[in-house]
Amino acid sequence: MTYEGWIAACDAEDIDEEDVIRFDYEDRTFAIYRSDKSEYYATDGYCTHEKFHLSDGLVMGKHIECPKHNGRFDYTTGEAKRAPVCNALQTYPVKNEAGQIWIKIS
Amino acid sequence: MPTQDIRKRDYSLTGPEGERAQQRGLVAAQWYATPIPRTKMKELMKRKDGPAIRDTIIWFCALAAAGVLAYWSWGSWWAVPAFALYGVLYASPADSRWHECGHGTAFKTAWMNEAVYQIASFMILRPATPWRWSHSRHHTDTIIVGRDPEIVSPRPPVWHVIAMEFFKLYGGPRDVWRMLMHCFGKLDAEEKEYIPASEVRKTCWESRVYVLIFLIVIAACFYYGTIKPAMFIVLPSFFGSFLVLMTGLSQHLGLYEDVLDHRLNTRTTYMNPIVRFLYWNMNYHIEHHMFPMVPYHALPKLHEAIKHDCPEPSPSLSAALKEVFTALVRQRKDPSYTIVKPLPDTAAPYEYGPEAAAAAAD
Repeated sequence: MTYEGWIAACDAEDIDEEDVIRFDYEDRTFAIYRSDKSEYYATDGYCTHEKFHLSDGLVMGKHIECPKHNGRFDYTTGEAKRAPVCNALQTYPVKNEAGQIWIKIS
Repeated sequence: MPTQDIRKRDYSLTGPEGERAQQRGLVAAQWYATPIPRTKMKELMKRKDGPAIRDTIIWFCALAAAGVLAYWSWGSWWAVPAFALYGVLYASPADSRWHECGHGTAFKTAWMNEAVYQIASFMILRPATPWRWSHSRHHTDTIIVGRDPEIVSPRPPVWHVIAMEFFKLYGGPRDVWRMLMHCFGKLDAEEKEYIPASEVRKTCWESRVYVLIFLIVIAACFYYGTIKPAMFIVLPSFFGSFLVLMTGLSQHLGLYEDVLDHRLNTRTTYMNPIVRFLYWNMNYHIEHHMFPMVPYHALPKLHEAIKHDCPEPSPSLSAALKEVFTALVRQRKDPSYTIVKPLPDTAAPYEYGPEAAAAAAD
């Protein structure tokens, strides 16, 4: 389901607090996060260092740790926080409407 | 199962094997991982400060006690076992703390990981930033010839290198030489393969600090007219590296090269609690490679969670080393010789890699 560039990604309750899930759309993959304050964020799904799904990683506060090399990003801004990641993650706008999580990819 | 390549191969990162691995689909590939429910995985990945703080305090207290023994035994034959103990307590935990803090999993608090990483890197004489990137490549392309900079021995084995490593006489001088080059802003060709340009400045400054400490230790030796200062800092990395080599040899040697399943190229070994403390549970090496975000203190639980999907662990370090040296002796005449470990009935089949998958499809 889409409208005005927003794509329905998942239900808000599909993601545990301080966790992440994978969302695939067309030929792209994304990571959708729920913080420990139940705020939602979205980034590209692959780590910028090597092509591994961040959704298999560990969310700690506002950081996501890649499961392969333990590089870290601030998923709220996309900023690279720990080697071996050097390049920032692309982030995307997210909104929670009546328990439905939408992300704007374009 | 695939046959192993029997040609004499170029293990350098700058030779043709890297390109060959790329063509074979072995570079930065997807590796087999035992399925674990997300809830369980989150529990295993959970970070804590407590275990690593406790272990670090114990380590430094034990090192200080051994140091006092070594200091007071200086000039007598008791100095030999005292310095041997000091050396093992210096080098072996430095190796494992370097490793675990490099992954950033030992402590929950980031600065604690970084502080212990920098101290342990110096103690084990590994330039901190280059080795961080070297180890990252080791995890991306584990035992992929031409890609992995941390393959301990090629096939056939080079015996004099293994013998030299009992006292770190191969890797130690190489790393010290690299540090000296870093002081002048130079990286060698292998390092350029895995260290990004953005990290070169940091690399150089770290090495300058290391070399400054070397110079202070050397100056202290001259000032006091004795080698004693160096026997407590820098040289223990050499004379205490015996256990580092033993545990290191047990990790991958004799097993497969060029596969995409850590159960084929990595060995888990049961070890006694003392060695496990010194080695920070890296004896659970299949587990560590399959799930590097699981901290050392959770590896025994991870082992329990995936052992139904893994080959039987080696029962002891001595058994693992016997297996390794038997394989190395056979590889001297037959470089293709590889240890094949059967899987339990409960395990998923081995995934050898893209070539095996293509062959199976044919």
